[in-house]
Amino acid sequence: MSNIKVGVLGIQGDIEENILSTVEALKKLNLRGTVESVRYSESIAELDGLILPGGESTVIGSLLSIQGKVFQTIEKKITEGMPVLGTCAGLIMLSKRTYDKVVGETKQKLFGMLDVVIERNAFGRQHESFEVDLEIPVLGKEPFRGIFIRSPIVNNVGESVTILTKFNDKIVAVKQNNIIGTSFHPELSADRRLHELFIKDILEFRKY
Amino acid sequence: MTISLVATEEERNGIKFKNLHNEQLVQGTTLVKRGFAHMQKHGVIMDVTTVEQAQIAEDAGAVAVMVLDKLPYDVRKAGGVARTASIKVIEEIMDEITIPLMAKCRIGHISEAKILEVIGVDMIDESEVLTPADEENHIWKWNYTTPFVNGAKNLGEALRRIEEGSSMIRTKGEPGTGNIAEAIRHIKQVNNDIRKLRSFYFDKDEQELIKFSRELKSSYSLIKETAKLARLPVVNFAAGGISTPADAALVMNLGCDGVFVGSGIFKAEDPEQRAKSIVLATTYYDDPTIVMEAQKLVDEKKSLLGLDTKSLELRMQERGPMI
Repeated sequence: MSNIKVGVLGIQGDIEENILSTVEALKKLNLRGTVESVRYSESIAELDGLILPGGESTVIGSLLSIQGKVFQTIEKKITEGMPVLGTCAGLIMLSKRTYDKVVGETKQKLFGMLDVVIERNAFGRQHESFEVDLEIPVLGKEPFRGIFIRSPIVNNVGESVTILTKFNDKIVAVKQNNIIGTSFHPELSADRRLHELFIKDILEFRKY
Repeated sequence: MTISLVATEEERNGIKFKNLHNEQLVQGTTLVKRGFAHMQKHGVIMDVTTVEQAQIAEDAGAVAVMVLDKLPYDVRKAGGVARTASIKVIEEIMDEITIPLMAKCRIGHISEAKILEVIGVDMIDESEVLTPADEENHIWKWNYTTPFVNGAKNLGEALRRIEEGSSMIRTKGEPGTGNIAEAIRHIKQVNNDIRKLRSFYFDKDEQELIKFSRELKSSYSLIKETAKLARLPVVNFAAGGISTPADAALVMNLGCDGVFVGSGIFKAEDPEQRAKSIVLATTYYDDPTIVMEAQKLVDEKKSLLGLDTKSLELRMQERGPMI
């Protein structure tokens, strides 16, 4: 089996943190692979899996609309079944519709494959940001430390969407086929199980 | 290259954080505060003074806005005492934009900082652009659940600010001059100090490491952590004099995690174009073709004319407590 090629969208946000998390997850699963920051459609076309990191979704969206080809390539790859993990801003980018808690409807560019409606900054501003232990059954019994930074929440989910976990009755992690989205930042905690789940999706994808 | 996300134990003891709802949910931890700065990486934070400017900044792709009463260039021109911005302006901007909002307080001015925390700004800049309120001490930033960013012109200053609880560092440069020379000097100073540290650490020369920590007037544990990481343990941005896309690309190429642009955008005659082009050049800093495309969007005749940093009446980087 050839090496697994994972990319982290290198436009803006905590790119290096996601690269490091994925490298560690690969190591834990005893797999060989490369993980790098990607910004060009040629390199994205070759990927087995893509992470959309945390950051500011408006910034990532507006830069992607300037680089139209990159946007189309990602869209095409996700439709073809390439596994993708979106954390925080990445979750927003993947969603079908997004609005802001204070400002309302936003005109930002979205991929729109994930059948959910997102409320941005749903927990409030930075001083409301928090850490908490989450129960994520698909990752096992051990709680997962969720780091929520000006996080969005998932408000409405379509039929094909599985809810991975809720916090205070709010949906904060979802999965829809090859797409995983989290409100929190698994790349900021020391726990690599969410990145491992994403890599297992990649292994599944490569079978076909 | 990694960044230390969790502070060392002794620092953790000084942290103020809030437990809410249940035992587990905690706010204002070092991880949550430093984590916020991590989300700003590879982005451009723009100085704004009005709602209109904030809107332009958000549309151009700013990762956050920094609200102040006067742009640094105008602070120099006006003279007098520069203080934190009007609360009304901060609140107006907060209601208009979705990206994070930062605001500046005077060095050592605990009350201005508390006010900004109560309003709910996402990050506080304890800034030498404003007139320092305390010539002896910086703010003890562990007492806040809001993260702080501080300026530094060398590694010693940067580590001392981190020791006081700062979650992010930026170079001081010489604000409001449109001249990048001082920022470059500060970036290289920090980089060179870290290179020296790294070689001591690699050679397991503890004696030199301790000597260096005395020279930098910083704690030994933080020195060791920095040496191990081979970079600052928090996010490190460039600031002070960035005016063009090429300037932004230059500081990114020197290893900065992102950029602050002060007077460079709204004191230029083409703010919309300039803001967009600086964002583009920051993301694609290592691709000369795209940086060229970005540079093409701005007209040099419309750049902030700028000032020679050698003949300044006011050197902002020299202000505030020495230690």
